[in-house]
Amino acid sequence: MAPTDLKLYQIGTFAAGNRLLDPGDRSVQADPGRASSITSGHRACQGCGEALGARFVLDAAMRAAGGEIVIANATGCLEVFSTPYPESAWQLAWVHSLFGNVAAVATGVAAALKAQGREHVRVVAQAGDGGTVDIGLGCLSGMFERNDDVLFVCYDNQGYMNTGVQRSGATPPAARTANTRPVGSEPGNVFGQGKDLPRIAMAHEIPYVATATVADLRDLERKVEKAMSLRGARYLHVLVPCPLGWASASQDTIRLARLATQSGLFPVFEAEHGVVTATTPIRRRVPVEDYLTLQGRFAHLFGPDGRPDVVARIQAGADRNIDRYDLVTVVDPDGVDHV
Amino acid sequence: MLRQLEGSRAVAETVARCRPQVIAAYPISPQTHIVEALSDLVRTGELEPCEYLMVESEFGALSACIGASAAGSRTYTATASQGLLFMAEALPNASGLGLPVVMTVANRAIGAPINIWNDHSDAMSQRDAGWVQLFAESNQEAVDLHVQAFVLAERLSLPVMVCMDGFVLTHAVEEIDVPDQEVVDSLLPPFSPRQVLDPAAPVTIGAMVGPEAFTEVKYLAAAQQLRVLDEVPVIAEAFEQATGRSSGGLVSSYRMEEATIAVLAMGSVLGSVKDVVDELRDVGVPIGVVAVSCYRPWPLDEVRAALAGLEQVVVLNRAFAVGSGTMLGQDVRLTLATSATRVHDVVAGLGGRPVTRASIRSLLAAVIGGEVDPDRLHFLDLDQDVVARELGLALAKES
Repeated sequence: MAPTDLKLYQIGTFAAGNRLLDPGDRSVQADPGRASSITSGHRACQGCGEALGARFVLDAAMRAAGGEIVIANATGCLEVFSTPYPESAWQLAWVHSLFGNVAAVATGVAAALKAQGREHVRVVAQAGDGGTVDIGLGCLSGMFERNDDVLFVCYDNQGYMNTGVQRSGATPPAARTANTRPVGSEPGNVFGQGKDLPRIAMAHEIPYVATATVADLRDLERKVEKAMSLRGARYLHVLVPCPLGWASASQDTIRLARLATQSGLFPVFEAEHGVVTATTPIRRRVPVEDYLTLQGRFAHLFGPDGRPDVVARIQAGADRNIDRYDLVTVVDPDGVDHV
Repeated sequence: MLRQLEGSRAVAETVARCRPQVIAAYPISPQTHIVEALSDLVRTGELEPCEYLMVESEFGALSACIGASAAGSRTYTATASQGLLFMAEALPNASGLGLPVVMTVANRAIGAPINIWNDHSDAMSQRDAGWVQLFAESNQEAVDLHVQAFVLAERLSLPVMVCMDGFVLTHAVEEIDVPDQEVVDSLLPPFSPRQVLDPAAPVTIGAMVGPEAFTEVKYLAAAQQLRVLDEVPVIAEAFEQATGRSSGGLVSSYRMEEATIAVLAMGSVLGSVKDVVDELRDVGVPIGVVAVSCYRPWPLDEVRAALAGLEQVVVLNRAFAVGSGTMLGQDVRLTLATSATRVHDVVAGLGGRPVTRASIRSLLAAVIGGEVDPDRLHFLDLDQDVVARELGLALAKES
């Protein structure tokens, strides 16, 4: 799919209408011959952002590789809801080993394919945020450092949802989880240093790092395609809202992903060899409250016993992101300043 | 052809002749010389096509082997001690998925206290992980067992650990014959995986199995592992025909004719044991040796047959389980549960303490003289003064 220069915004979204594009420029999902890599019948929750993200990522990767793909999958929601023996939702070669080793398993698959002279078969590893930023970080950092020929995709739903919504190193500050309840003087998750995996990945100076969300699926597909055009270690971090863990409405999954970017809490960008090369500007900046109030996990910050001081700290974090990536003062090529 | 070789070098050359396609390893003493030599062989192109992955941990090493094996390549790794423990989560994964990874374990103690020297605590701690465990008595047997391990692993689609004593074997230089390439090729055909990750015929490997089928899956895995007991002798026989050398097998007996007492052990200590047994035979003591080469799966029938009719058996354990006793000794006790044979369970040579002929001689004299209580765990060469003093101090503190 060639990136189109056309800017065809639908009201309130970034999505370009497929019917207005040449067939070759349309979404992978517009193609009736798409791979359907993860097919229907799996047991994801209604409104699951991860299932949606995986579908778009893998179908785009399959198209980019001409169907020559092997997937290594970490333990987690995606693995559990897709493979209840004797059923499988996967229509591609797929292996699951453990929770914390998917990057190493993928490295092994890629090494085997190289030794067999079959490097046209491409390897994609995928994990949730726990399997990426916490238990899987050692193997992942090794994969980055060696520049192994693997695309690693993290579906970040900001917690250990599969085990019952406990905090992970990617859970945002103040969020309520099963082990960070809204009790005590610092309700919800701690304000730590954060574990910003895209920047950790960039510090390894690997060929490609990108972030994306399920609110902008064309952007996600384009980034997968870009990643698949490169060799070496590549990292894609996809924000995938989780109605169960975030205590949000199933129909708000896309809206929440969009508000995460529009508030500045989740910057969307690309980097090559450790240098940011592109950012997605915020067209309509929103206060973090717009994002937080749709989620039960932040409900303790609002209402009569609310914590406007905590909300202000969250807003400060969003503002730092906007400054760091220059998300609201980007000058468009056609000279329009998006503020 | 016999050459003066370090055990590690000989094992590395043997592994290379088994034509692995992916090697992943993380350095840990005393395994290092093996993987250093293999790294050289890959980087100089002598061993190709082969990918050598210098991974960030032992957990990563075995995980990369799991991925490579699932993708249809012959894979090898090596580790020891803490490294084997760091692999612990991935060990039953490799066996559960039926992946024929071959691994050398350069046997070493586990801490704390940290100790880099030889005993069997590492391999023993993972005896129930679903891997085949073969123990080498000498460097020649270590070499021979590696060839047999690849044959066995791929024939049954099971992972195999070849255990060789750290330093005592890995760092010992002696005359060793590394089987010729043609010999290895004749025994070990190209890897033909049972199932493989292939985009042309996609399969799901590693699905989640619930209570409705988990027991059956495990039962079938156990049945597959027990086939090892049939295959090991067949492979050892084929190896002997190809090389003229008897190596491996399940259990072997030494000077057991008319014996009333035997020493049962595994690994390099067997050499010293056999020397002492020779001395005792010279003075008319009816004693012999039973060497266990295949520890997992446990060759119960073969051990029982080897020990049949004995009055006493002395089990030399190079490891022990704090709070319960020994592993090898308990396997022997279970094997002899319905017999009248007395089992002396002896812990010997922990953390590299030499098991000398003098120690073995005095142990066997004590056993024969009825001075060793078969119902008590016995520690060879224990410094009684030190432990008595420390236990006394602890008692004094409590009161």
